[in-house]
Amino acid sequence: MNFELTEEQKLVQRTAREAADRVLAPRAAARDVSCEFPAAELAELARLDLLAIAVDAAHGGGGLGAVAYSLAMQELARGDASVAVAVSVTNMVAELIANHGTAAQIERWVPGLASGAHVCGAFVLSEPEAGSDPAALRTSATKTPAGWRLSGTKQWITNGGRAGVLVVWAVTDPSAGNRGITAFLVPGDAKGMSVARLEEKLGLHGSATAQLVLDGVEVGEDAVLGAPGRGFALAMTALDGGRIGIASQAIGIARGALQAAVTYAGERRTFGEPIIKHQAVGAMLADAATWLDAATLMTLRAAHAKEAGQPFSQLAAMAKLFATEHAWKICDIALQVHGGYGYVRDFPVERALRDVRVTRIYEGTSEIQRIVIARNLLRAVS
Amino acid sequence: MDFSLTDEQLAVQKLARDFATNEVLPKAAEIDREHRHPAELVKRMGDLGFLGIAIPLAHQGAGFDHVSYALAMEEVSRACASTGVIMSVNNSLVCDPIFRFGTDAQKAKWLVPLAQGHLLGCFALSEPEAGSDAAAQRTTATRDGDDWVISGTKNWITNGPVADVCVLFTMNDRAAGHKGITAFILPMTTKGVRCGAPDDKLGIRGSKSSQIFLDDVRLSNDHLLGEVGGGFKVAMSTLDGGRIGIAAQAVGIARAALEDALAYAQQRRTFGKPIAQHQAIQFKLADMATEIDAARLLTLRAAWLKDHKLPYGMEASMAKLYASDIANKAAREAIQIFGGNGYVTEFPVERHFRDAKITEIYEGTSEIQRLVIAGHLAKATR
Repeated sequence: MNFELTEEQKLVQRTAREAADRVLAPRAAARDVSCEFPAAELAELARLDLLAIAVDAAHGGGGLGAVAYSLAMQELARGDASVAVAVSVTNMVAELIANHGTAAQIERWVPGLASGAHVCGAFVLSEPEAGSDPAALRTSATKTPAGWRLSGTKQWITNGGRAGVLVVWAVTDPSAGNRGITAFLVPGDAKGMSVARLEEKLGLHGSATAQLVLDGVEVGEDAVLGAPGRGFALAMTALDGGRIGIASQAIGIARGALQAAVTYAGERRTFGEPIIKHQAVGAMLADAATWLDAATLMTLRAAHAKEAGQPFSQLAAMAKLFATEHAWKICDIALQVHGGYGYVRDFPVERALRDVRVTRIYEGTSEIQRIVIARNLLRAVS
Repeated sequence: MDFSLTDEQLAVQKLARDFATNEVLPKAAEIDREHRHPAELVKRMGDLGFLGIAIPLAHQGAGFDHVSYALAMEEVSRACASTGVIMSVNNSLVCDPIFRFGTDAQKAKWLVPLAQGHLLGCFALSEPEAGSDAAAQRTTATRDGDDWVISGTKNWITNGPVADVCVLFTMNDRAAGHKGITAFILPMTTKGVRCGAPDDKLGIRGSKSSQIFLDDVRLSNDHLLGEVGGGFKVAMSTLDGGRIGIAAQAVGIARAALEDALAYAQQRRTFGKPIAQHQAIQFKLADMATEIDAARLLTLRAAWLKDHKLPYGMEASMAKLYASDIANKAAREAIQIFGGNGYVTEFPVERHFRDAKITEIYEGTSEIQRLVIAGHLAKATR
């Protein structure tokens, strides 16, 4: 047991921290209002090797592990959660292709994701009628002489319309249930793919969330990631890792909010002293700091298990559940400590509360995490 | 960063788990029902090295680290919280301060037999009118030639009625406030020392606690522990370590609640299936398991920091605050999962519920932990 970060991990953390402060934070509030996509910011983060952190250096990645990835995500999310989610999805897609793609697929897509040439990646699983239950997918892929034709509607697609490469899940064998789902690598400019709408959201305004329509998108046989029928397993594996990313994002947002609240509480005075000296305020902040540390430990533990090659699905589900639920409570406390100032846009905490809310929903809702956790618990004792 | 336990830590954990499962658990209900001090288990813990786990071999301790201590505390407390607190007091509150503040002669005379389990210790800080506010001590220590004469009353002294040795706190200069507090090593057979009737408690009924009446107790100067006026430092630094022990105890109680509830939920059937298959029950189990892991990580982190001589006061407070909170929550949920069976003494969960409560009170209430944490937060921003 060792709670100390390695020099390499500290270096990534510092790089991401400086990028968050220098590149992301200054325009985060403006981006929240303008809903502008952070293209320049992503390019800068690519230059700092933060878009494919856990991918082998031979493929242009950072060559680091999941712990380093989590640390970087925490820092970036503290700077701007909208940019962080684009980074998270891009890392997830790069890792997915690097781990499961053919040599040709890796060469075609991974270095470009890492370098920013593809801007970002997208993970195209959810549909209007299939979110938590991916086995209910309706998007179809039918065989053509040259490959496959994809048709359907996809929902809640982060980086949709911006990504240079998308991993699209479609049903290739409707009679085979989960084993009839296949993942495809689709170029961002594929003919027949269009953005039907961009969602207006509670938070994460700088993140593009699209409904995508695939209207007879033709891809070659070489677009199949893994093998036909293996898509569901790939999605589940990727989501296990993705949950570490979202847990880290939630922690970063919460840390930013808590830091703001502690600073504010040290300056703001009522009844003759800084409000942090009032037990009512100090106690709230103490709870928040305790939960934040616990969330961080849970998340780094899952990341450590992942990079050590140990089973980590249960640990990632626990980390995401714990981190996102508590990040929400921490942001709420941070807002409460700010009083009226917390409710207005002059201070960052109302944005934090809006941004963090989605972490309890995407990459598996808290309810799905609890189902996963309970299933594993019951399996372990029976 | 590495969340794996070392071979030595795993070995201690296994030793403790075997002892707890085979020797402690079968007696836990009876110990609770009879309000019985488990002398035979205390003797066994002495044989196993569990009464001075983190005391170096040179002083006849087991020579393990505090991570191992926390792991062993969790296992013993999972079986019986009363046995757990007896262990915690001897390790954290008696052996540890004598090891850190005692003279060589004191270590030879007191620490060695305490660490071996030949003597049992208690820690007397609280008074009828001085609990959380330790500086409100009224027990007086007055110089008389080369001796000290001590008078006063101590309250809620765990192990008091069964202890051989006491780490005692007194006030020898009330005008100096907390700098007027002085610690002593008091043999419980000293003339003028008398224990009151054992406290009749909600839980941890196998742990004997009582008032200690000190009536002109005469101690020679070689019983002084640390410096004259240095007692507050002895007490506070000792309690920091004690909080790790109580956090581990709370994790053990929470685990008992979860494990019992998990087993019950798979046997008990409603609406045609085991209640473990209902989401309402699954979600409770998932939350309990997640929170227990979070509490354990906070606890082990604090222990690891102590092992590495790094500051750990705030982290120990976080561990104790959170672990005691979720122990109570887990026990409450376990009763709910057991339904009516949870409310009767035939099943173990009402005991867990009663045992859990004390962890929010002793060795610093949750309110005190929040003050400690908030104080650290405020300091960090200055």
